Amino acid sequence: MLNYTLRRLMFTIPTLLLISFIIFLILDTAPNDPTGNLPLTIPPEVRAQIRTSLGLDAPMYIRYLLWCKQFFVNEPLNLLYEWFGWCFNTCESRLRVTSWATRSPVVDLIVERMPQTLWVVGMSYVVGILIAVPIGVISAYKQYSWFDQLGTFISMIGFSVPTFFTGVLLIVIFSVMMPNDSWFWLPSIYDTTLKVTDWASFGAQVRQMLMPVMVLALFNAAQISRFMRASMLDNLSQDYVRTARAKGLKEKVVLLVHVLRNSMIPVVTVIALGIPQVFGGAIITEQIFKVNGLGQLLIIGIQGADIPLVQTLTFLFAVLIVIFNLVADILYGLLDPRIRYE
Amino acid sequence: MLDARATILDVANLKTVFNTRDGMVHAVNHVSFSLAPGELLGIVGESGSGKSVTMMSLLKLLPMPPAEIEDGDIIFDGRDIRAMSDDELRHVRGGEIGFIFQDPMTSLNPVFTVGFQIMEPLRVHMGLNKKAARIRAAELLELVGIPDAGARLKDYPHQFSGGMRQRVMIAIALACDPKVLIADEPTTALDVTIQAQILELIKELRQKLGMAIIWITHDLGVIAEIADRVAVMYAGQIVEHAEVRELFKNPQHPYTRALLETLPDMSGERATRLRSIEGQPPALSKAPSHCEFAPRCGHAFDRCLKENPQRRDVSPDHDVACWWDVKTGEPANV
Repeated sequence: MLNYTLRRLMFTIPTLLLISFIIFLILDTAPNDPTGNLPLTIPPEVRAQIRTSLGLDAPMYIRYLLWCKQFFVNEPLNLLYEWFGWCFNTCESRLRVTSWATRSPVVDLIVERMPQTLWVVGMSYVVGILIAVPIGVISAYKQYSWFDQLGTFISMIGFSVPTFFTGVLLIVIFSVMMPNDSWFWLPSIYDTTLKVTDWASFGAQVRQMLMPVMVLALFNAAQISRFMRASMLDNLSQDYVRTARAKGLKEKVVLLVHVLRNSMIPVVTVIALGIPQVFGGAIITEQIFKVNGLGQLLIIGIQGADIPLVQTLTFLFAVLIVIFNLVADILYGLLDPRIRYE
Repeated sequence: MLDARATILDVANLKTVFNTRDGMVHAVNHVSFSLAPGELLGIVGESGSGKSVTMMSLLKLLPMPPAEIEDGDIIFDGRDIRAMSDDELRHVRGGEIGFIFQDPMTSLNPVFTVGFQIMEPLRVHMGLNKKAARIRAAELLELVGIPDAGARLKDYPHQFSGGMRQRVMIAIALACDPKVLIADEPTTALDVTIQAQILELIKELRQKLGMAIIWITHDLGVIAEIADRVAVMYAGQIVEHAEVRELFKNPQHPYTRALLETLPDMSGERATRLRSIEGQPPALSKAPSHCEFAPRCGHAFDRCLKENPQRRDVSPDHDVACWWDVKTGEPANV
C-alpha cells in the first residue's frame, strides 16, 4: 500500500506539470487583455508599456517557465520563511506569483479567501453528507414507500433546481419578506469581518451561514443520497444479507453493519472525489450571498484577465483533484479488503 | 402420512405466494413434511419447484412483501414458528436452525473477516464474550476441516477457495449447535471433488453432532448418498415422499420415474443423447386445480386434468400424489 501510494505520488508530478502547461496554454490563447478594464483615456502606447511591464512581450514558454519558477520554487521558499523563519539567499525581495489586478501575491489572496469558502462550502458538504446518508439508507430499505418517494422527489428538486434559484428564493423569504425583528430573519450578505468571540457573535455567524449552507447542502445531499440509495439497493439483494439474517442477527445490525459497510465503499469514493469542488468554492452561491470565497476570487480574476491569479487558482484546483483521486483510490483499498494495491 | 414418532420439525399445509406486479405466483402449495431428530431428509426437484422457497418460508427469510405465507403450520420443537415474535424467531434462526446456502462465493460478507462472521451468532445467541467466541470460532473452523484455523480467523472470504468458503458457511451454521441444519443446495456451486469432500464432511459432522438435516438438491446421486428419506417436489408440491431405498427401488410418481430415467446409465452402450423430460414446468401463476405434471405425463387421463391429486399412502413409509397406480397400470382406486 505504501509502495503503491509513493508510486502514484511520483506519477502525479509529471501529470501536474503537464496540466499546468495546458492551463497556461489555454489562458494564453484566450483573447484576454489585462489592460482592458483600465479607463479608455489611457493612450495605446501607455497600454503597451503596461503590457511590457507585466512581461507580456516575452515569448509564451519564457512566461510559462517564469511562472513555474515563481510557483514551484519561490512560493514554497517563501512559505518556509514565513512559517519557520528559514532563509535561503534572499528572504524578503523574492518575486512571488503576483496578481496583476491587486498587485498582491496570489497565494496571500487565496489564504485570505480560504476560511470563508471552507466554512460555507465545506460545511454545506458536511451537512449534505449527514443528510444524504440516512436518507439514502432509509429510502433503499423502504423502497417505494412514501419516504422513498418523498426522498426521490426532493432529490430531483435539489438536483435540478439551480442554486441561483433556491438561493434567491431563500433570500426573498428569510431576508425580504420576514420582518427584520423576527427571530427567523436571516442576513442575505455574508459579513467576513465578523469575528466569533462570544455566544452572540457565534449566533450571528451561524445565522449568516445558514442560507448559503442550506442551498448548497440541498444540492449535495440530492446527489449523494441517490448514490447511497443505489448502492444500498445493490447490496440489499446480495446473498450475504440473507446469510446475516439466517444467522439471527437483528435487522438493525444486518442493515447498519453488514449492508452499510459494503454500500459505503462506492459512496466514500464519490464523497472524496467531490472534496476538490469544496475548495473550488461554489461560484454562483458565493456570488448570491456575497461570500468572498475562492469561487468569487476566480470570477474576479477571469473578468479582469488576471492571468497569474487564474493560472494559480486553476492549477491548485487541479492539484486537489489529482490528490483526492489518489485519496479515493486509497480509501477504496482500505474499505474493501478484496482490493490490494501492489 | 405423518406418523407418531418424535419430530423436531413439523410442517403442515405450508402455502407461500409471491405478490408480483404480473400477478400472484404460487410458489409453495400445501407442502407437508416432518423431520425426526437426527434424521436427514432430502428434497429433490428441478429449478423453480419451490424447494428453496419452502425452506426460506420456514424461517421467514423471504422478502415480505412480495412473499407471503398464506397458510400452514410450522411447528419447530413444539413451538409455532408462524406465531413467534421477531425476537423469538431471531433466536431460532442461527441459534436452533442453521442454514447453508448454495453459493459460497456470495454468501459471505466480503468486507468482514471470517472470524467476525463466525463469532457473530456465537455472541448473539450464546452470549459469549469476544475472547470466548474467538476460541469457539477457531474450534469450529477446525471442526469443518480448515487447517491452521486460529490464524485463518483473521482472513477475509476472498482469501478462501470455494470449497473452503462453504466449510466456513457450515461452521457458521453449526456455530450454536443447531437442532436442525437446512442445507440449500450446498454442493451445487462446487466442482465434483469438492462436492464429495463437503458431502463427507456433512456426513461426519452429522455423526458427531447428531443434528437433523434437510438437504435440498436437484442431484439424485447426492440424495442416494446421504438421505434417510426423500421428498420429491414438483410445481411447489411434494409429489412423492419415501424412505430413500424405497424411492429408488419402487418409484411411484411418473415424475420421479422420469427423473430417475434421466440419470445416465453407466453400463451398456453409451446413449447418443441424454434423456430428458419433455415439456416445461408450469408457470405457477394459478393455484393448482389439477395435476400440474399431467401435461408432461405419459399416463395422464381425464381425471388428472380435473382434480389435483392428494398424497396417498402406498406403503407405511411411502406416499405419492398421483391418480395413476403404477403397480396395476390402471387409475388408482381412490
